[in-house]
Amino acid sequence: MEPLMALAIGLLYATAVFMMLRRSIVKLVIGLLLLSNAANLLIFTTAGMTRGAPPLIPEGLQQPLGEVADPLPQAVVLTAIVIAFGVLAFAVVLIRRAYEIVKADDLDKMKETDT
Amino acid sequence: MRPEVALPVLLPLLSGAISLLFWRSRPMQRFIAVAGNVALLVVSLWLFVATLSDGYITMQMGNWPAPFGITLVADMLSAVMVLLTGIIGLAMGIYSLATTGRGHEKFGYYPLMHLLLAGVAGAFLTGDIFNLYVWFEVMLVASFALLTLGGERAQMEGAIKYVTLNLLASVIFLTAVGLLYGTLGTLNMADIALRLDVAEHTGMVEVLAVMFMVAFGIKAAAFPLFFWLPASYHTPSVAVSALFAGLLTKVGVYSLFRVFTLMFDQTMGYLQDIMLWGAVFTMVTGVLGAAAQHEFRRILSFHIVSQIGYMILGLALYTPLAIAGGAFAIMHNIVVKTNLFLISGITHRLQGTYQLKKMGGLYRERPWLAVAFFISAFSLAGIPPLSGFFAKFVLVRAGLEAGAYVATGFALAVGLMTLYSMVKIWNEVFWKALPEDNLVPSSQTPVGDDGRLVKPSLWMMYLPVGVLALMSLLIGLFAEPVMNVMTAIGDQLTTPSGYIEAVLGASVSPEGALASPGEIQAEETENGSEDLP
Repeated sequence: MEPLMALAIGLLYATAVFMMLRRSIVKLVIGLLLLSNAANLLIFTTAGMTRGAPPLIPEGLQQPLGEVADPLPQAVVLTAIVIAFGVLAFAVVLIRRAYEIVKADDLDKMKETDT
Repeated sequence: MRPEVALPVLLPLLSGAISLLFWRSRPMQRFIAVAGNVALLVVSLWLFVATLSDGYITMQMGNWPAPFGITLVADMLSAVMVLLTGIIGLAMGIYSLATTGRGHEKFGYYPLMHLLLAGVAGAFLTGDIFNLYVWFEVMLVASFALLTLGGERAQMEGAIKYVTLNLLASVIFLTAVGLLYGTLGTLNMADIALRLDVAEHTGMVEVLAVMFMVAFGIKAAAFPLFFWLPASYHTPSVAVSALFAGLLTKVGVYSLFRVFTLMFDQTMGYLQDIMLWGAVFTMVTGVLGAAAQHEFRRILSFHIVSQIGYMILGLALYTPLAIAGGAFAIMHNIVVKTNLFLISGITHRLQGTYQLKKMGGLYRERPWLAVAFFISAFSLAGIPPLSGFFAKFVLVRAGLEAGAYVATGFALAVGLMTLYSMVKIWNEVFWKALPEDNLVPSSQTPVGDDGRLVKPSLWMMYLPVGVLALMSLLIGLFAEPVMNVMTAIGDQLTTPSGYIEAVLGASVSPEGALASPGEIQAEETENGSEDLP
């Protein structure tokens, strides 16, 4: 499972960078979206994938029996997903406003504030 | 239970929440903006005094023992940074009352300001690397909204670059955190530091260190990753510019200091040269960029970049004295840079423009403003006896002691170039006569950010400027007590064992309250380190 995930994550990062290097601001945001998803999957995978072993402690015991999945990366990923969702929602509104003002879906037309 | 560590984070969150409740009431929001920030300043002073006597203050959130729960830690560096956040927050709170247009206030300017301060304070105080990411995002989301408040074309263009590059940095940071957890199985910074000391070196540690360096380098606007800053910092309303200039990049620098003195201290030998030259190039490109500009806030934006170089130089030299100098530079720069932006806001209010060519004659009209600018500008350039001189003096001395003659030479030359830019502003804005073709003579009623005429309530703008200029002067005149604090920071950061003991030691002992804390801490740390794999 891990090698497959690694390939998928690598592909996601590569696609994200490719999208971000385009001139269109819509593609820029799609790139950002893929990038944050790739990072989330990466956290999920590097912490080790354990199949069918929820981190539950049986009644009357102090610690779980046998090997269980690590719940912490899942909590971390959950937090990161929520943050990415909020930030990307902002980014979508931002590019819409930028499109309304600049009237172009082109980063090359947005160089006024550069020196 | 040390509430003073949590309060600088909780209070601005609370002020923000209360401020949101009074969404429709402008006077109430304005009142909370000042009252909440006064409270923040008081608790940050409390934290500073407590840290000054105790050295380290820790608090385990939810009473989970250290490596498992989220820890809040204040050492001297955090405490000083939080204190500065409180000072700048209050200055901005008062200044915003006079400069923020009604349009901005209606769309949540004050709640966002509180949220931003909460994010900044949280980032300074957390002892957990993932929590640091979360506070970064809190700060970023608030700063995104503040940056685009108003929705002018320049703001949108600047914001796209700001948002993209900062999100990219966040993802790199998050990726590094994920890989770090996969490698070590912990997120507590003190615990990470302990485990990295015994971890086998597979090259992964170096990769992680570089990823953190790049992520925080983007946030700190270090060369060659700084391009988002001069493209965006001159676009929002001036109070927002000043707040960003004072605090946001310094959070990146703080994180670099924290991560590379605590966690990756053993990779410093490997990264020191990269960081040193990065610092030199940051100083030089920033100051050269400023020399080419003729707009007040753009010049100042490039000088932010240039000054970041001095701070990173302190970290790159990596001796206790150099780190003390770097911390001094951070502290001095927060005060001075914010003040320069605030002054640019007053001159804009008086003359209706940021273009140096169109301004003039302010020395005759507003001599006290000229004095405040003079103090801040010369402090930035490092002229004695102002605060910048001592920051630079300590850094130069540390550089000479470490034998980094080229970097030290550049640091001195960049000081001269800074003086050139500051003298340029002085000549154009204060010294020369007001050009006759200026369409906005200084006697006209000033205009707010949304274009409406506002009452000239200049004293609210003068008050923070005066206080900050006085602070810069006092830091310079009473440099010794300040330097003692900075030396303590340098010592603490170069001996991370104190930090690790403070975080991991105290938490293992529920019965620790009975014996004297010093002995227990030493004992517990021994126990703690035995438990580690």
